[in-house]
Amino acid sequence: MQENRLNQSASGSSGHDDTAPQKLYGVVAEYGTPDELMAAATRVRDAGYTRWDTITPFPVHGIEEAMGIKPTILPWFTLCLGLTGTSLGLFMQWYTNAVQLPYLISGYPFLISGKPMFSLPANIPVSFELTILFAAFTTFFAMLALNLLPELFHPLFRHKRMPRFTSDRFALVVEAKDPLFDRARVEALLAETGGAVLDPLLTPTTRAPLPKPLISIAVIVACIALVPPAFIAKARVSKSDQPRIHIIQDMDMQPKFKAQAPAPVFARLFGDERASLQSPDGTVARGRLVEDASAVSGKDSSGEWISGFPAGFSLSEEILARGRERYQIYCLPCHGMVGAGDGLVSQRADFLGRAQAAGATPTGMNWVKPANLSEQRIREQANGQIYATITYGLNNMKGYASQISRDDRWAIVAYVRALQLSQSAAVGSLPAEVRAQLEQQPR
Amino acid sequence: MSSTKTLIPVTGLDNSGDDPRGRYPLILGNTYESITEKVCGVVEESRIRPLWLIGFLIALGGMATLFSLIVYLIATGVGVWGNNIPVAWAWPIVNFVFWVGIGHAGTLISAILFLFRQNWRTSINRFAEAMTIFAVVCAATFPGIHVGRIWLAYWLFPIPNQMLMWPNFRSPLLWDVFAVSTYGSVSLMFWYMGMIPDLATIRDRAKHPLRRFAYGLLSLGWRGSSRHWHRYERAYLLLAGLATPLVLSVHTIVSFDFAVSQVPGWHTTIFPPYFVAGAIFSGFAMVVTLAVPARAYYNMRDIITIRHLENMNRIILATGMMVGYAYAMEFFIAWYGGNRYEQFAFINRATGPYAWAYWTMVSCNVLSPQVFWFKKARTSIPIMMIVAILVNVGMWFERFVITVTSLSRDYLPSSWDYFRPTWVDIGMLIGSFGLFFTLFFLFLRFLPMIAMAEVKSIMPAPHGDAAHGRDRHAAKAAAAAH
Repeated sequence: MQENRLNQSASGSSGHDDTAPQKLYGVVAEYGTPDELMAAATRVRDAGYTRWDTITPFPVHGIEEAMGIKPTILPWFTLCLGLTGTSLGLFMQWYTNAVQLPYLISGYPFLISGKPMFSLPANIPVSFELTILFAAFTTFFAMLALNLLPELFHPLFRHKRMPRFTSDRFALVVEAKDPLFDRARVEALLAETGGAVLDPLLTPTTRAPLPKPLISIAVIVACIALVPPAFIAKARVSKSDQPRIHIIQDMDMQPKFKAQAPAPVFARLFGDERASLQSPDGTVARGRLVEDASAVSGKDSSGEWISGFPAGFSLSEEILARGRERYQIYCLPCHGMVGAGDGLVSQRADFLGRAQAAGATPTGMNWVKPANLSEQRIREQANGQIYATITYGLNNMKGYASQISRDDRWAIVAYVRALQLSQSAAVGSLPAEVRAQLEQQPR
Repeated sequence: MSSTKTLIPVTGLDNSGDDPRGRYPLILGNTYESITEKVCGVVEESRIRPLWLIGFLIALGGMATLFSLIVYLIATGVGVWGNNIPVAWAWPIVNFVFWVGIGHAGTLISAILFLFRQNWRTSINRFAEAMTIFAVVCAATFPGIHVGRIWLAYWLFPIPNQMLMWPNFRSPLLWDVFAVSTYGSVSLMFWYMGMIPDLATIRDRAKHPLRRFAYGLLSLGWRGSSRHWHRYERAYLLLAGLATPLVLSVHTIVSFDFAVSQVPGWHTTIFPPYFVAGAIFSGFAMVVTLAVPARAYYNMRDIITIRHLENMNRIILATGMMVGYAYAMEFFIAWYGGNRYEQFAFINRATGPYAWAYWTMVSCNVLSPQVFWFKKARTSIPIMMIVAILVNVGMWFERFVITVTSLSRDYLPSSWDYFRPTWVDIGMLIGSFGLFFTLFFLFLRFLPMIAMAEVKSIMPAPHGDAAHGRDRHAAKAAAAAH
């Protein structure tokens, strides 16, 4: 092996240190046509060289034979990994869709339209695609690996005729590593084959060190790259009561204003601190127009309960019927049919109260008996006060403003008055025909 | 190379002759060196061509439209589309099938024509493969955004998770995921692998160190060693063998999305071959649409010759006839099968509210390619451009007709409805062309648009030149002697 320190300029391009010590890599001869190259390759092969190569801009057919290249084992890789893809595809579909095995990452068999859990026809497409995927990628990467690529430096890249060797010319390189290598003899042989013997290929004796900034960048990048795995590793061994990190919130976070929430930005710009905007001053919402304030509060302008009905509310047969209907829906369960305070709820509460007093039930109960609507206290109340009781509630009774409309509450007030009358009317005050009807009933 | 017929000399650029006594050259008046100069010249020229720039900017605008609309879609919800019951699979799926179909010509040209030793493929395969990749990119966009909650699109893949949730492998929609992603990645790899020797050529010619570095990295240190070429060619053959069934499987599986369902008008066994023929049909039309302007603009008329275009037009004619046959056969089977729901679906297709779309499809796909029976039309640039564009339009309508007409008249007449696209639908279709052409313009500028090494390998070898004082026949004799 020759170890020449040559400082010949064998390079056409810049970017590397031409003064670095170099040694001989090989001898190059150039040919103009594939046929010439082929003939030369045959000669070199027959001369017994083993470490040599031809460089061509396109695959020259028949050169394998001329050079004595043995067929590659590449197809076997393709076959094996292709079959691996098939088996893996079938296994994956069986494991994930057809069975549930007691392992960490198990499958989840689920039945769809009564189809079999595992049936070859349905599993062929995916297995087929994986076969091709594995085989194709194997072919590509095995080709690169067998060719020892990627190889980002080669002495040929610095040769000044290299641009022609990947364009239109053909080269034959005999490497200095060849056991039979003798520069003079090789050059003579190549000249004899008709090749134009060119400047020899040189290669640096030592590898240039990596630039310092590159090393520090690499170290920093490597350190940063360790951060996410470190966090994952920490999360694997520690416990947390925080909810899982949820990048896409789906319905957890809904872009809407909640009534009691503080004001979002826009509401704060146009309103006060509340998320629910208040109507501007002087506006009246639909259906909220009040002509008589006492209809809402039950009080007159001096703050006294009104004894009559608000303006615009005229008593009639229909109003009383409406009041009776509403009363029987909302009031009857406690106050009873005639307002005696004996509705079913009241009776049940009485029963439970007695049971509690006798020690039969342990539950604590705090029950105020519903009022008898005909008792004197309520008879004496003004209409406005009864209305206010229905609206806001009293003792156990809740306010019914949200369930019974304002007009209906006044109608109920009217009906309560009717009930009171029914409980204490003197016979003499009844109309003649009603009195007659009453008198016909058996005592 | 395999033909033993004599080469008929051609002057000028017309090599479309039909003289059976010999074969016509595929590459006109070029040497190895001039091919390199021409193809690398496009990548190496320092000025930016005005027409290229205008085209690129328009395409970029389209791509920006697509991406803005995707953001709008994700932020707002799929209601921005016209999709609604009963037409829940509307334009997104139509566009998906359209683009995936176009993406079939590339691999067909590089794989199937390679296996059939059709040497004319070498001039157009790089082009067609690039087009395949970009079309698959456009195609993959649409089902991706059609899933609605796009951030959960990874559920399509069998990724182990704490919910023990796996895809349903018995669903054609999942087969589609595997088919399209395998096709996309294998096509990309095939394209890249074919480009490695050409990237090395550009690397070796590069003057600027950055350029040398970038192409050096991309070419993986390829140096044209014959020992490497041997494995490379074997790998190429294997990949062609693998890609051939792959390309046929992909559109077959896409057609399963429809055929495996039970919607009248979808549930037909003719779909797989019909879809594959349609895909090749639309793919070749797109190659012609792109190759004709590109070869004129970059002055490649002597590499992508009129003979190449004529051959593609023949394939368009043949596949157009297959598609027409399939249209007819669908009607025959609907009648012959005696299923009145299917009969209704097809009669409705041709005479119902979407009759305009159906007849657009038939005239573009079946009638317009018929002009290619005439050699004058096959070799006329304006006519082939018009037909290719019509075929592209017709093939989009084919997918529209299949998807929308069948769904809009489903089982319950009470839910029948007429599908109308929204401006977002239209913007996304236009935007997908923007994405496609943006990638294509970048490809033209930065990557070798012709497979130089492959083109050179089908050119007649030069005779030994005087400098070496050797005759070709003498060299052959010497080679034979050993």
